[in-house]
Amino acid sequence: MGLYEKTLYLLMGDRGLLLEFGDEISHEVNERVRRMALAIEAEAIEGIIETVLTYGSLLIIYNPLTLPIDSLKKKLQEIEKELQETPFPEAKLTRIPAVYGGAYGPDLEGVAKHCGISTEEVIRLHCSKPYFIYMIGFMPGYPYMGELPEALIMPRLKTPRLSVPKGSVAIAQKQTGIYSMESPGGWQIIGRTPVELFSPEGKPPALLQMGDLVQFYPISEEEFKEWQNRKN
Amino acid sequence: MLFMRRLQGVPKIEKIAAFEVIEPGILTTIQDAGRFGFSQFGVPPSGALDPFSFRVANLLANNQGNEACLETTLAGLKLKALNESVIAITGGNLLTTLNGEPLELWRTHLLIESDVIAFKKVRSGCRAYLSVSGGFIVPVVMGSRSTYLSGRFGGLEGRPLRKGDILYRLDSPSPLNRLGLRFPEEWIPIFEKEINIRMIPGPQDHHFTEEGFQTFCSSAYEVSPQCDRMGIRLNGPRIERRVDVGESIISEGFLSGAIQVPGDGKPIIILTELVTGGYTKIATIISTDLTKVAQLKPGDRVRFKPISIEEAHQLLKEQEDRLQGFGNPLN
Repeated sequence: MGLYEKTLYLLMGDRGLLLEFGDEISHEVNERVRRMALAIEAEAIEGIIETVLTYGSLLIIYNPLTLPIDSLKKKLQEIEKELQETPFPEAKLTRIPAVYGGAYGPDLEGVAKHCGISTEEVIRLHCSKPYFIYMIGFMPGYPYMGELPEALIMPRLKTPRLSVPKGSVAIAQKQTGIYSMESPGGWQIIGRTPVELFSPEGKPPALLQMGDLVQFYPISEEEFKEWQNRKN
Repeated sequence: MLFMRRLQGVPKIEKIAAFEVIEPGILTTIQDAGRFGFSQFGVPPSGALDPFSFRVANLLANNQGNEACLETTLAGLKLKALNESVIAITGGNLLTTLNGEPLELWRTHLLIESDVIAFKKVRSGCRAYLSVSGGFIVPVVMGSRSTYLSGRFGGLEGRPLRKGDILYRLDSPSPLNRLGLRFPEEWIPIFEKEINIRMIPGPQDHHFTEEGFQTFCSSAYEVSPQCDRMGIRLNGPRIERRVDVGESIISEGFLSGAIQVPGDGKPIIILTELVTGGYTKIATIISTDLTKVAQLKPGDRVRFKPISIEEAHQLLKEQEDRLQGFGNPLN
């Protein structure tokens, strides 16, 4: 599967155009999304208000009063035809500390049980490799990352929690993520990081970006608290 | 001094205290047209839910169109004027009074110190917009003054208004030549309890059976109590999905007016405080009908009618021509 032979151009109402490059989570599809977004940005097309990058698609929000849909489509198809397979800048690796288990990771034991391994092994596996950031979405600064080691694959919670604390490190299916702010959520919570992922005044406002890498490392509860005290 | 400022490239905004919040009402926030260009960081647009009423409020107050306004929901907001200000109120009819007397909506008014504006109860619609000449002044966060409630930033400290808040406006001379200016009555939208909303099918209408899509187009859906600035949950006949496709798709971008259908088959209208999501979207509401959508409240009923993108763009152009014409009426 992976990339579609032909990109789908789908209408999202009268001011959105969705370019779908594939319908599965894959590096190849995700790279095409980023490449296309960069090329569109370089063209600086008058009338494009926003481009929303996700796993396998690009939503272009445009002003139909200044940019007719037909000329937008034509421009995008031209850009796509000319798309070069140039390499991306080297991915930045960010190391993220997390305290695992206990009150910080209430689902750690459940995950260990489900996967038939010890909690120590869950932590070791979760920290064992860098994860690729497929997209930032759902909430400001929230990274959707993958792929988890096979041994950790587990479904979402049956009933989502009404409130997940800020900094919670979570897994679901092949993915792992970090709740950048308190929110309802259905992923399995295995730990928590003291690192701030989003600051409205920051430039850029989000610590992590699509296409970059994250590797977790375990810290103790004391280290977690020290980190938080230093922040305040 | 002025020259120095220009050299440093930091325009200083002179502001003046315009209102004190006596009662904040059920939910009142500061909103402009929204925050765009930050979706790559997971930041949704926020902004006025009813873009038409918002823009007309600004035009009446002699603003450009994107100045920050108050968006107040249902009832309860009470403000005391601390200075002279030129204002306008548009959107839903929330039985607005000036010093206890009914105040005409969709019209420019002059307030003087100690005047009290109150929003008593819903007559029609759900949200009203109060603009002030010069616009409300709060810090610009990522290019916008809009409040993003779940992100807790933008607007006034990222939160709804509270009792005792002082609201500032740009210190500019009152445009007294605008006083008494009315928005033409035939252009004022009517917010009824049963409405038709026009939409363009897709992007995932093909995930539903033909019967399912017919159900969606031919049924009345009732607004549930679960509605906020993120979305409006509807109750009504279940929309049948094709058996060979999943309930979820991999997450993709949103824009306000997108109608997503989760596993229970009941549609949810997405509003401005969401950026991505992973449920199939059966249709997207056209831009000119967002004003009616923003004025829905629990118990109201909607029916969806498909139209072509060409018709939708024509409607938008007609609306824009009217607004442009109204924007410079006194030249």
